Order: sequence, then structure tokens, then C-alpha cells
Amino acid sequence: MISARRLVAVMRKEVRQLRRDRISLGMIIGIPIGQMLLFGYAINTDVRHLNAAVADQAGTHLARQFIAELEQTQIVDIRLEVATPKQLEDLLRVGRISVGIYLPPDFDRRAIDPQRPAAHLLVDGADPTILGVANQLTNMPFGFDSSASSPRTRSLEVRPYYNPERRTAVNIVPGLIGIILTFTMMLFTAVAIVREREQGNLELLINTPVSSLELMVGKIVPYVVIGLLQLGLIVTVGWLLFKVPIRGSIADLYIASFFFIAANLALGLFISSVARTQFQAMQITIFILLPSILLSGFMFPFEGMPAFAQYLGEILPTTHFIRLTRGIMLRDAALFEMRGELLALSVFTVIAMSAAVKRFTRRLD
Amino acid sequence: MSADQEFAIRARNLTKAFGSLVAVDHLNLDVPKSRIYGFLGPNGSGKSTTIRMLCGLLTPTEGTATVLGIDVPGDVDELKPRIGYMTQKFSLYTDLTTRENLEFIADIYTLSRAVRKQRIEELLEQYDLGAQQRQFAGTMSGGQKQRLALACAVLHKPELLLLDEPTSAVDPSSRRDFWAKLFRLADAGTTILVSTHYMDEAERCHRLAILDKGVKVADGTPGDLQANTGMTIVEVLASSPYSAQGLLSRLPEVASVTQLGVRLRVLVPESVRQPLDLIQAALHAGDISAETNIVAASLEDVFVAVTQKNTLQEHTT
Ligand SMILES: Nc1ncnc2c1ncn2[C@@H]1O[C@H](COP(=O)(O)OP(=O)(O)OP(=O)(O)O)[C@@H](O)[C@H]1O
Ligand SMILES: [Mg+2]
Repeated sequence: MISARRLVAVMRKEVRQLRRDRISLGMIIGIPIGQMLLFGYAINTDVRHLNAAVADQAGTHLARQFIAELEQTQIVDIRLEVATPKQLEDLLRVGRISVGIYLPPDFDRRAIDPQRPAAHLLVDGADPTILGVANQLTNMPFGFDSSASSPRTRSLEVRPYYNPERRTAVNIVPGLIGIILTFTMMLFTAVAIVREREQGNLELLINTPVSSLELMVGKIVPYVVIGLLQLGLIVTVGWLLFKVPIRGSIADLYIASFFFIAANLALGLFISSVARTQFQAMQITIFILLPSILLSGFMFPFEGMPAFAQYLGEILPTTHFIRLTRGIMLRDAALFEMRGELLALSVFTVIAMSAAVKRFTRRLD
Repeated sequence: MSADQEFAIRARNLTKAFGSLVAVDHLNLDVPKSRIYGFLGPNGSGKSTTIRMLCGLLTPTEGTATVLGIDVPGDVDELKPRIGYMTQKFSLYTDLTTRENLEFIADIYTLSRAVRKQRIEELLEQYDLGAQQRQFAGTMSGGQKQRLALACAVLHKPELLLLDEPTSAVDPSSRRDFWAKLFRLADAGTTILVSTHYMDEAERCHRLAILDKGVKVADGTPGDLQANTGMTIVEVLASSPYSAQGLLSRLPEVASVTQLGVRLRVLVPESVRQPLDLIQAALHAGDISAETNIVAASLEDVFVAVTQKNTLQEHTT
């Protein structure tokens, strides 16, 4: 049985404490804005302006024309000209360049021989993104065959839907909502009960008639509101700075977020009931945050992951939420069409919350 | 009257072990209603652990207790609204003000709005916290914090108060005020269990139990305990107290020697006849002149006597 008086008392206390905690208050606004700027500007899978050097041992007119065309793609910026491929390798190794372009002395002859590649690209293969871009370069149509009037055309052309300009921010921001909410919501609640335990308040509280459920619910309700405010902030910043659209309904977005916030808060409370110190609570939070970033489809396409990673990803609320936000914001999907994801979030919430209430005994041993 | 009506707390063989350490060892306890019952014991003697078991925070390893007629461990939810607990460490919210803390506790105990307001005004006045009502609890002095903690513990007018070293940070005069409040509460019918290190506080209790290493080594009224130490207390005023102490503590008949300023308090078991002659002879042999008197036992002597006995028993078994 829940007493409304006690529930409100716990909520009011929580809000009062939060209002006086300037750093946490700052984080509520600072984390979304900071992360948005960071991820929005820094993460760019649409790679351009890679540092490159060229070793042109042919020195012919055709070779210079080839280099000029390469530069026009804007994928590479040629910073240096060196004499030998060995020098390219050295530059690559020390990290001065990501791409080395080697034109052998017989470049002109090779260019008209379809059997042999005319030039070599030396690529830092450690970075798969750069490797992907380099592969893109090899498909570059090059009109070296002076006799042919029409340039070679590719047989397949990709037409990007939903994000025709292929701007990374458009894909990043809906996912970023999930990451930011995961981080702040989980952290706030993970620390919530542990802090009371560490500061000794819990010993007094568990001796009063307040029940575990009242305590837990009273503690998370203020954060639900905060989470929804953060959502508004992220969406606004995303729209103002990166022109990230909301093609679907805003109401749907809020409803989806509500389910997601509840899941994270329940998870946070569970962490709080397991951890003994605030430091432990933070460690566990980070431990869950990392897979939420890596396995949720935020960084890498979900379908491309190994089956095992996909199973893990399915357990994480962030995975389901990112599908929802991308669907609603980018593809104008209706919430009803994605009810499976909502169901997954609800199941997660119920399990985590029950586990937290069950684990939180009103005892000290 | 049945036992349950007479006693607020009855414990039988209450035991708590943390691993191999037995913090509370087969404790029997009868705390009469509307009385102040003291728990006297040195650090680590199991006072806090006992109090925590009595309010259901710790599960006893062995034994049972009945608190206000409710079995512990058992359905302690029924017990919670009827007891007030003041933890040893300050456990209110340091980032809430005095008034906010009181309001929070009042709401937790679901006092009605009118009662809440009236009670809080009453307590601010009684506990002299009016000037601090808008001050953050964390910034208050030790004594103010303790008054606030007591105010919060009695806010809902509990039948039983469990106070764990409530005056550890309080100066002697505030301690007197604090005890005056406890007596008022006891007069009004509240049963109070209070743990302490201080002899002067223990002396004020209606009854007390002395704990040592988890074992109850004595209990009774302070007067009974003082009358039944089983020791003769000899006060020695010697020319060189330090060498006198060395000398006397080597005597096999002497249970303990404590120096209090220039005086020595020497405890000799009652079985020893003529203790004054014994001491005089020993001092004389050591070329120390001294004045010796038999005096009444203080609670401190009781404490020394019973803990000594406990240690001796431990060594022989
Ligand atoms: N949770 C625990 N785990 C392990 N040992 C414990 C625990 N709580 C208490 N103890 C041990 O039990 C013994 C009794 O502790 P307790 O806190 O009851 O003593 P106390 O009489 O209240 O002492 P003090 O006057 O210092 O407050 C101590 O030796 C302590 O180290
Ligand atoms: Mg203690």
C-alpha cells in the first residue's frame, strides 16, 4: 500500500536536495548540450579531408591530371609530395598521413591497361572507416582513356533515403538522445539510494514506516520530469544546430521517451540496491553505459554485429529506444507500428523495478 | 499485569555474530515501561548492535526479543510507527534545513497537516531550535544536531525511544538539559533505552545494563549495582601515587588500581578481610606513607569491577 503523503514527502525532499546541488543541476543541462556539441560536430562517418601525401614517380601530364581529380573529390587533402613509396610508408607509420598515393614511373602505360592498376593507395587499414573511404576512391571514374568520349559510369547507384545529404548528425542525434538519457537517468538514480546509505540517512529511513516502494517511486518521479526536460533540450539543440528533423509526432517521441526513462530509472535503482558505495554505483553505470553506446546500433549498424552482440544489444533499453527515436524522428513512423519496442522497454522496466524493490531490504544485514 | 504489559522490551539469548566475532552474546534484557534504561559499555561492546536488533534492522543470529509486544525478528512494520530511533551517527539530511527535516519526518509518519504544524512549532520551542529553523542541518553545531535528531525521533510521540549515544557531542550543561528532556518524556510514559559511555549519565538511568565484549556483565538500578560490587573500595592518598600504584597492582589480592588525580582507587574483593591492613603493609614495605579509607562504590567502580571479572573469566576458560 502506497501512502500519497509519504510519496510526496520523498519527492519533495529529493527535489529540494537536487535544487541545492549545483553540480548535479548543472549536469542536467550541461551533459545534453555538451554531448550534443561533441558528438554532433566530432562524429562524422562521412569522412572528408583525409591527410594524404603523393609520390609521383611518373611526373607526366596524365599523372598530374589524376592527382588533381583526386583532390577534387575532397576526400583527400594532399599535404606533401615525396619521392619514394618508402617515404609514404614512413609518413603513414608515424601518423602524419592516413592515405599515401603512389604513382609508379610507368603510370601512363598502366592507365590504359585494364589488367593492372595504374596507381597504388597506401592506407592506414587499422581504421575501418578510412579503409572504406579508400575503397570509395578506387571506384572513382577517371577519364584517362582519351579516346572514349563518355566517362565510365557505375552500374549501381545508392540513393540515400531519409537523409539525402548524408549528414551524420541526422543519424547521430536521435541515437544521442538515447545515450544522454541513459547516462544521466541511470547515474542519478544509481547514486540516489547509495548516497543515503553512505551518509547514514538510510538507517533512519528504514526505521520509519516508509516502504521500499514509496522510497523508490518517490525518488524516481522527479527524474522522470528531468529526463523529459532533457529530451526537449536535446531535440531543440539538434534542430537549431544540426537541422535534425522530427518527421513523426512529438507526442509519440515523448511517450517513447517516457517508457525509456522509466526503464533507465528502474535500472539505476537496481544498481543502487546492489552497490555499496557511490563509487561502485558509478562503475556499474559506466559498465552498462559502454555497451549501450557500442551495441545499441548507435555507433555501428545493428544488423552488422555478430549474433552474440545482437542478443546482448536486445537486452539493452537503449537499443529499443534508438530504434524508436530514429523511426519517429527520421522516418515518420507511428508509435503503434513500433509497439514491439515499447513492449520490450516495459518488460525491462517491470523486471528491473521488481528486482530493485526485492533486493532493497529494510535491513542492514 | 502480564509481562508484556509491564515490559517494553524483553530479550532472551539475543545474539549477533559477524563472522567469527560475536558482537552480542546471549543477552537477556527486561526493560520496564516508562523508564529510562541505560546501556553502559566501552567501544565495541555491542550497544549499537543490540539496539539495531531490537528495532529490526539486524537479524539476530540467535535468540528472540519482544518489543512493545511484537516479536523481533518478525513483522516489524507494525513496530516502526511506535518507536523512535536516534542513530549514533547523525542521520538527518545535512542539505535540508531544520524545519525541512522536521517536515519530512512528520510527513513520513503521516501526521495530519494541523498536527504537523503544531508539533513542529512545539518542538522548535522545546528543543531550542527556533533560531536554527532555516539553517542547514549540516552546518549546525554538534549539540544542535543532537537536539534536532531527538526532536525528529520524538516527533510522532513514540511509545519507545531508542537512543544510541545521544550526547556524545554535547557539553556537560547541554547534557543536563538533554537529560531533563528525557525525564520529561519518561514521566509522560515513554520508555527510553539509551546507550552511553558516560558514568554520570548511567547514574541517572532508572535501570542499566553494563555490556562488555557483547556480554551483559551486570544489570540493575544504579544503587543496587553500587551496593553489590562484591568489592571493597579503598581510597589511597599516597605521597608518591605512581609508585604506589605499581606496588599495589602487583598484589595478588588487589583486583584493580585506578589513579584519579592524586588519589588511587583500589578495588579489593570482599572476600579479603582487613583490606586496609593489607594495603598499608604493602605500602609500608615499599617505604610509601599513605592515608587509606574505605569509601562507597561509584558507578565507575562497578564498571571496573564487572569488566575485570569478565576479563578474568575469559582468561581462565
Ligand atoms: N556490520 C558489521 N560487520 C562486522 N562487524 C561489526 C558490524 N557491526 C558491528 N560490528 C562489530 O561488532 C562489535 C560491536 O559493535 P557495536 O557497534 O555494537 O559497538 P558499540 O557498543 O555500539 O560501540 P561504540 O561505543 O563504539 O559505538 C564491534 O567489534 C564491531 O566491530
Ligand atoms: Mg555504537
